[in-house]
Amino acid sequence: MSTSYLEASARERILAVLDAGSFSELLPPAQRVVSPHLGQLDAPVSFDDGVIIGEGRLGGKAVMAAAQEGGFMGGAVGEVHGAKLVGLLQRAIRKQAAGVILLLETGGVRLHEANAGLIAVSEVMRAVLEARAAGIPVIVLVGGANGCFGGMGIVARCANTVIMSEEGRLAMSGPEVIETANGVEEFDSRDRALVWRTTGGKHRYLIGDCQTLVNDDTDAFRTAAIAALAQSGPTALSLAALEAEQDMLRRRIADFGQADDPMEIWAALGIVKPQAVPMLEAETFTAMTERHRIQGTA
Amino acid sequence: METLNYRFANGSRRIKPAPELVGVVSSGNLEVLIEDAPGSGACAIEIKTAARGFGAIWEAVMQDFFQRWQLADTRISINDMGATPAVVSLRLDQAVAAMTEGGQ
Repeated sequence: MSTSYLEASARERILAVLDAGSFSELLPPAQRVVSPHLGQLDAPVSFDDGVIIGEGRLGGKAVMAAAQEGGFMGGAVGEVHGAKLVGLLQRAIRKQAAGVILLLETGGVRLHEANAGLIAVSEVMRAVLEARAAGIPVIVLVGGANGCFGGMGIVARCANTVIMSEEGRLAMSGPEVIETANGVEEFDSRDRALVWRTTGGKHRYLIGDCQTLVNDDTDAFRTAAIAALAQSGPTALSLAALEAEQDMLRRRIADFGQADDPMEIWAALGIVKPQAVPMLEAETFTAMTERHRIQGTA
Repeated sequence: METLNYRFANGSRRIKPAPELVGVVSSGNLEVLIEDAPGSGACAIEIKTAARGFGAIWEAVMQDFFQRWQLADTRISINDMGATPAVVSLRLDQAVAAMTEGGQ
């Protein structure tokens, strides 16, 4: 059945993306592994600390999967939340899983947990790279209303593959953060069209930060994740790949660093009607732009 | 935060052994964890809520809930972030539906 990925909860997403009936949760809510910090601040906790982790199958292959719940504190990463992600990635190495599927929806670090949250995110980054070094592909899905920001935006770009919908957003600093730091003249966080042009899935696809763009549909995300798992080549970072990535980023800033709006970048990439881009369905959009987009290395 | 506990005895309806979680701890919403509690002899409900001072309303909503379902040997744990009584009732019914119809 076709359903909106955007509107689904994290639990609904992980069940819809993995093979039906295959998911088995680790540290489920009944174990009540909750944040030790939020209670001290007299703030509500969640029984899964906002992330669901476990084992399952994707296209028949044994994988580890996690889904962040954007509704709970914006999907922010606290100490327990981060430790669950790290443990899952380490388990993937130990059990030689066919891949790790991360359904990210997060504002980044949970500021209530301060240093513990910051350390947690850096440990997740290291665990992603360790999984890749061990030959395990890490696939990130971004399609929730809160996007994927902050340190977890970096985690996403540490993965082998990033799959997004147009509604999904991926960046380091969120729109409000940029506006607060640099002023509304620099970036108007209330201009939704501008926010999505700048951080949304289509722009990330065009400038090489995302490998697959799909419609907002749980089946579309599932199909893309199965394809990414099947197509995953060597997963480990290599010096050559890192240098190529650095070169791509250098060219990108040289070519587009002066642009005032992403639409100028799309035009410069050779897209004939850049103003039409936001209205296109994923299939039409990728068919029209595939030749023009920057090919990022994963 | 405020913690409220209720206990209703003499229920008759049993639930499946595997626990279920419904809802999300977000503004105006709540999560409900429902678990089989064999031998406990009651439907025990623990609520942790961010909205203080609504004990009387919670008690009325929980009594209504027990009247509707008459659950036996059940443990219900709620993390609440200011949900309205109607939302609380819907979530509780969703939790029971997940426990009695095989879930999801």
